[in-house]
Amino acid sequence: MSSLRRIWGLMYRHLTLFRRSWPRLVDLAYWPILQMMIWGFTSRFFTSRLGDHGMVTIGMLLGGVLLWETALRSHLGFAVTFMEEIWSRNLGHIFVSPLRPWELLAALLGMSLIRMLLGVIPAMALAALLYHFNILSVGPVLILFALNLMVMGWWIALGCISLILSQGGGAESLIWSMLIGLSPIAAVYYPVSILPHWLQPVALSLPAAHVFEGLRAAISEHVIRWDHLAWAASLNAVWLTAAMLLFMQQFNAARRNGALMNIGE
Amino acid sequence: MNAIEVDSLTKRYKAAMAVDNISFVVPKGQTVGLLGGNGAGKTTTIAMILGLLLPTSGRIHVLGHDMTRDRFAALARVNFSSPYVALPHRLTVAENLRVYCHLYNVHGVEKRIAELADELDLHAFINRPAGQLSAGQKTRVALAKSLINRPDLLLLDEPTASLDPDTGDLVRSWLEKYRAESGCTILLASHNMDEVSRLCGTVLMMRQGRIVDRGTPGELLTRYNRLDLEDVFLDIARSRQPELAR
Repeated sequence: MSSLRRIWGLMYRHLTLFRRSWPRLVDLAYWPILQMMIWGFTSRFFTSRLGDHGMVTIGMLLGGVLLWETALRSHLGFAVTFMEEIWSRNLGHIFVSPLRPWELLAALLGMSLIRMLLGVIPAMALAALLYHFNILSVGPVLILFALNLMVMGWWIALGCISLILSQGGGAESLIWSMLIGLSPIAAVYYPVSILPHWLQPVALSLPAAHVFEGLRAAISEHVIRWDHLAWAASLNAVWLTAAMLLFMQQFNAARRNGALMNIGE
Repeated sequence: MNAIEVDSLTKRYKAAMAVDNISFVVPKGQTVGLLGGNGAGKTTTIAMILGLLLPTSGRIHVLGHDMTRDRFAALARVNFSSPYVALPHRLTVAENLRVYCHLYNVHGVEKRIAELADELDLHAFINRPAGQLSAGQKTRVALAKSLINRPDLLLLDEPTASLDPDTGDLVRSWLEKYRAESGCTILLASHNMDEVSRLCGTVLMMRQGRIVDRGTPGELLTRYNRLDLEDVFLDIARSRQPELAR
């Protein structure tokens, strides 16, 4: 019970920031909406050229946009919430309170989920209103796709935070670039088979590639590719375990070298 | 019973020895001062006592708990204040205190905040963002945060640094009153001589990571044949032996 209270305490600190600042709220939804508009109009253009076949293409592209934003917003929600503590020089107070490291991670997950929903739901609504694309029509399997991408966002964020603990605030730029940098090999908008042969195993080591292969199968063939989902979940389990071990190693290293006391630029 | 037991504590960074084999105890209910110049090892020692920094060697027991194995049991009964660690600037004073009420599992959140606002006279700015406060107001808020859980042990790292004399005096008076009423143990790191001689029953003098002398303020004055602690501090900082101090 006291664990839940401490987790809520840290979440309350971050939720209060949103309550006070509407630009922060707008910022959450701004990029997903922008992406949706760009890809939505691009898809419309394709449809006008490709006819009925284009509808499937629209579904794949807009479904890709929404699910990729799910991963991206989950990643940023987790990592930026941690960075807020560094920016406000509050980490010292946090780490000498009874808040356990796992409770800190749980609070970051909670904030990540809230930030992701606030970012992605407006984009979903826009897709339905402007382009008549309802991603919910994919069915309940959508939850499994989204969950896998959220977990992927979290372990990448955990990896970034570990690097910040190790290298200081100078590694902050990784937060903004890491997941975006993976997008060419995450097979968001095109199948893995389009990639060069040597790059395909790299792509398939990412859960995202399996999720998007599964999404395309669900939209174009109306089948659920359980094999891809199993791969995505298994890879997430492996990567998440590795990221947690890395975090604990770097957290303890930061306690040894004093980084928790003066982490910053 | 001791609130803090430090035994053969050492902290070595790659090339530098920050704390060099120090041992001391802080008995329950007493105020002990860590006195030393910049880089003497005061903040490093406090960080190790809090578990924020792992020692290279040595043992630390806080309120009976081994800080390397069982630090969370102790941390619930400890609190800390330092001008070098800020509270989130965009949250109001009340919101900041609410966050720490939750983190320390304090029951009766609003009642506790009202008590602290009364005791430290925070009412005028309780709903103002922490980033908009003056240095004196920030210090009072930091003190309020450090008392949120009614700690058995309070660690204060230069609590009156950068305060004007009037505000510094107010804070010291308040700490004296609080200690008398609560029986709380205080470990105070400072290089303010007046503060240390006024608040501390025992003083640990640090230089280059070592405890080079210890005693009551009166004992130190006698030993160094000085009239105020500032001269004792200078003797120690400049490595003068007691018999050669004058």
